[in-house]
This record gives sequence, C-alpha cells and structure tokens, in this order.
Amino acid sequence: MDKNRKIRLIIYDILGVLLTSVIFLIPFYFLVNSSFKSVKEAYRMELNLPSSFHIIENFKEVLQVQNGIVIRAFINSLIITIFSVLGLVIVCSMAGFVIQRRKNKLSGLWNFMILLGLIVPPAIVPTIWVLNALNIFGSLPSMILLEIAFFFPFSTLMYKGFMTTIPKEIDEAAILDGCGGLRLFFQIIFPLLKPVNITIIVLTAVFVYGDFMNPLYFLPGPRNATVQLTLFYFMGQYASEWNLLFADVVLVTIPPLILFLFLNRQIIAGMIAGSLKE
Amino acid sequence: MKRFAMKNITKSTYSYNYLLPALVIYVLFFIVPTIVSIFFSLTRWTLFDWEFIGFENFINFFQESSLNIGLRNSLIYGALTSGLKVVFGLLIAVFLCSEIKTKNYLRTLIFFPALISTIAVGAIFKALMNPTRGPINQILEAIGINGPSWLGNPHLALFSVIFVDVWKGVGIATVIYIAGLMSIPPHYYEACAIDGGNSFHKFFYITLPLVRPAMNAVIILSFISGLKSFDIIWAMTGGGPGFASDVLASVIYKQYINGFYGLATAGNVILFILISIIAFPLYKFLSRGEVEY
Repeated sequence: MDKNRKIRLIIYDILGVLLTSVIFLIPFYFLVNSSFKSVKEAYRMELNLPSSFHIIENFKEVLQVQNGIVIRAFINSLIITIFSVLGLVIVCSMAGFVIQRRKNKLSGLWNFMILLGLIVPPAIVPTIWVLNALNIFGSLPSMILLEIAFFFPFSTLMYKGFMTTIPKEIDEAAILDGCGGLRLFFQIIFPLLKPVNITIIVLTAVFVYGDFMNPLYFLPGPRNATVQLTLFYFMGQYASEWNLLFADVVLVTIPPLILFLFLNRQIIAGMIAGSLKE
Repeated sequence: MKRFAMKNITKSTYSYNYLLPALVIYVLFFIVPTIVSIFFSLTRWTLFDWEFIGFENFINFFQESSLNIGLRNSLIYGALTSGLKVVFGLLIAVFLCSEIKTKNYLRTLIFFPALISTIAVGAIFKALMNPTRGPINQILEAIGINGPSWLGNPHLALFSVIFVDVWKGVGIATVIYIAGLMSIPPHYYEACAIDGGNSFHKFFYITLPLVRPAMNAVIILSFISGLKSFDIIWAMTGGGPGFASDVLASVIYKQYINGFYGLATAGNVILFILISIIAFPLYKFLSRGEVEY
C-alpha cells in the first residue's frame, strides 16, 4: 500500500514536469533560441538549436536600430516606472493611513471611490481632454501621474488593509511624546509598513513596466515610446526578421525576470494578498 | 472637554492634508474623466468642439455589426477566460498541494508568464501559432494532424487568443487557490478518512466548499480583467481577421484612432456599465454562497 503510494507520487512528479515543461517551458525556449539565430533560420521557426549562434549581432542590431530607439524606450520606461512607483508608495501610504485611522461620514465615500477605480476602466478620450486642458498631453510626467491615478485604488486598499494590523496605541504613544503629524507618519508608521511597501513596489513596478494600453493612448509618437510600444511597433515593422523581434522580446523580459528571481516569494504572496482583498 | 481635545488631535494627526496629494491626482485624472465621459458619449466630439446628438452613438454601437461584435466578443472572452482559469487553476492547485517533490519548481514555472508583458507573450504566440511554419502546427503535423490557421480563421481567432490569455493568467489563479487550500485545516481530511471517505469525497465535500472564497476571487478578478482585455488581442490579431476577434476595448481604440471621439467615449461608457452590472451582482451572489464549517 505504502509502496504503491510512493510509486504513484513519482508518476505524478514525472507527469507534472513533462506536461508543464511542454506547455510552459517550450514557448520560452523557442523565444530565446530564436533570438540567437540568423534571419533565415529564425524565419523557419524550427525548435532545433541554431547552426551558428548570432547572439551578439542580433542584440547589437536591435539596440542600434532607428538610432537606438530601444535604448531610448528603456530609459523612458525606467523613468515612468521608477517615478510612478515612488509616487504611489508616498501618496497611497499616506492616503491609506488617513482613511483607515479616521472613521467618519466620509469613510464610505473613500471606500466607494476605491471600489469604483478597481472596477471601472479609465475613460480614454475624456482623460486626453483633461491632459490637453492642462497642456501636458504626451509628456512623460503626464504618464507618471496617470499611472499613479490608475493604481491608486489597488495600492491604497493594500495600505489600508495593512494599517489595521498596526495598533492605534502606537500613534497615541507617539503623540504623548510630542511626535505628531507628518513626523509621526514618516518616522513611526512608515517604517512599519515595510512588508506592504515591498509588495506594492514589486507589483506596481511589474504592472507599470508591462503596461501597453495606456502608453499607446497617452504617449503617441516615437520620442516618448516605452519598451512595450517599441516592441509592438517591431511586430509590424520586422514581421519577417523574427530573430530581431525575439531579441527585443528577450531584452524587454529581462527586468521582470531579474525581479522574479530575487523576489518570487514576495511577488506571489503579494499577488494573493492583493486579489483576496478585492 | 477631553473629548474635544481628542477630536482636535484626531484632526491634526490624521489630517486630510495627507490624503490630498493622492486625492487630487485621482480625482483629476480618473474621477473627472469618468464623469465627463457620460456627457461626451452623447456628443459628436473633436476634442475642441462638440455637438450634442443624444443617444445616437449608443444606437450606432448596438446596431452596427462592426461595433456590437465587440460587445459580444467581450462577453465571450470574459466568461471563457474566467471559466477556464477557475477550472484549470483549481486542478493545478490541488495537484500542487499533493505530496509531490517538484511542486516548487512547477509553481514557479506556471506563475512566471503572469509577470512578463502581454505584448511579449503575444509576440511569442503569434510565432508559435503561425499556420505554416509555427511550432504548434509543425508538432501537429508530425502526429498527422493538419493544424488550422489559429489566428487567420475568423471562427477560431478569438478562441486562440483566449487560450493564450489563460496560458498567461492561470498561474495567478493557481496561487490564489493554493493560498485557499493551505488554509483548510488538515484534520478535516483526517476526519473524512476515518469516516471512510475516499479522495472523491474529500474533494467534493471538503475542498470544493472550503475553497469557495478563493474561487470567488478568481472568478471576479478574471471576469473583470477579461471584459477589459485589450493588449493581448491587439498584439495578436488587431481585432481581425475582419472584425472577428474585436472586443469592446479594441473597438474603442479603432474609433479613437479614426477620430470618432464621441463614439469611442460611448464605447467606454458601455464597457463601464457592462462591468458594473456584472461585477456588483456577481460579487453579491458569490459571497452569499460562502460556507463556514
């Protein structure tokens, strides 16, 4: 009986590894492998290894194409991601703090606004209308503000939820010691938010970096293009040069991959916490 | 007197000034556009000039087949991606919670696609699904099946994209389920075994009812994101062939780039109403069915 069970578990292991490898690993193998091939070989889309490796050539060419538009896009994406995440952490942690601590007639309104943002997709053209009125349409700062607005509900909800685990007595003790206002928040409360800060930083960084639809609408033109936009344009322009397209896909995938290698536990835990809260 | 003092402290310690930065950004760039969208959806609009035309945009949206196909496809897309993630996520999660040795490796592998960008996934699968040279059809050919044109066949394109969406998102559903399964106390299963229950009983009488909160989260999240879906469709088919795989979000984009701003905004309002009338009741309905043992 026990031996049977062991054998069954081993069979499950083998089946599981085989099946997931076919379904989940082959696409990535195909991607990386094709990015190493010559134009002709990549065009044939076969799964076998390249007859000669063109790693450096392909990646160099991708980086040089159109006066280095890919490098420019990486810089843009980096700027947008870093400032959006920074902004979100600062403004949403404060917002979560006030909303959770101060319960009154307005609490319902804040909760409704958060719920609305979680469910309703942004209205595109009216947003452009607002940006035009402020004369900032198409600029990187406008994209940063938009990303902060779009991820405000999720981030604030996470902060608000975590804030319930920090006892109010801490605030009161601090106030009695003469530490109030902004100092109380940034010196006492904010350091206690470390776990949720990590979650928010990682998740919003992944979401903002991978965002395609919003830059497509709000950052027209090549100057302020993000990596996802250039990748999308490459799909049209280099439709027959799959090696270059895939080299670009590999480049675009490296930052989240690095993040995942170091923080995969936190990312997964954060995803679970985030989705169950909603 | 003391109450009064405490109230003042509350006011200064948890001052609304700290809420202000977030509120200004959110109201200006999300709430205001959402509210004015209702007005502009009733106009013919060029961003600089508008003309009130009543419900004409909405009537157009429901009558013209190139527009209302988006509505139909969005519903199919939301229901199907959600349903498949609910079922496959649960099966994979139950499998990964058994005593197999490779579970960490498998979980990591299944989750990873959720992190990479949708456009990257779209590019990979566009190649994999190439009708003549793509590896999927090459593999099918090797076992004697003539693979279809996954993205070129109007009856198939939407479903091919749905498959890719599920491939990318099932990892999130799986980890949510795993969290739910881990919270089921092991002695329930022991009690079931003592009473002579087999794995069938365990699954249907313990696992399934107790994993309901996690399942509800998966249903709601994937349904809402399915209705909003744009990136993967735009990257893989561009709504084509013809309008066969157009969803609401891609119809909105097409109207936008053609300068029909009023019509695009009406599309936004329809999407907004659609999600609200599905998400709120669904949430109410699902949370009613949760059990406690």
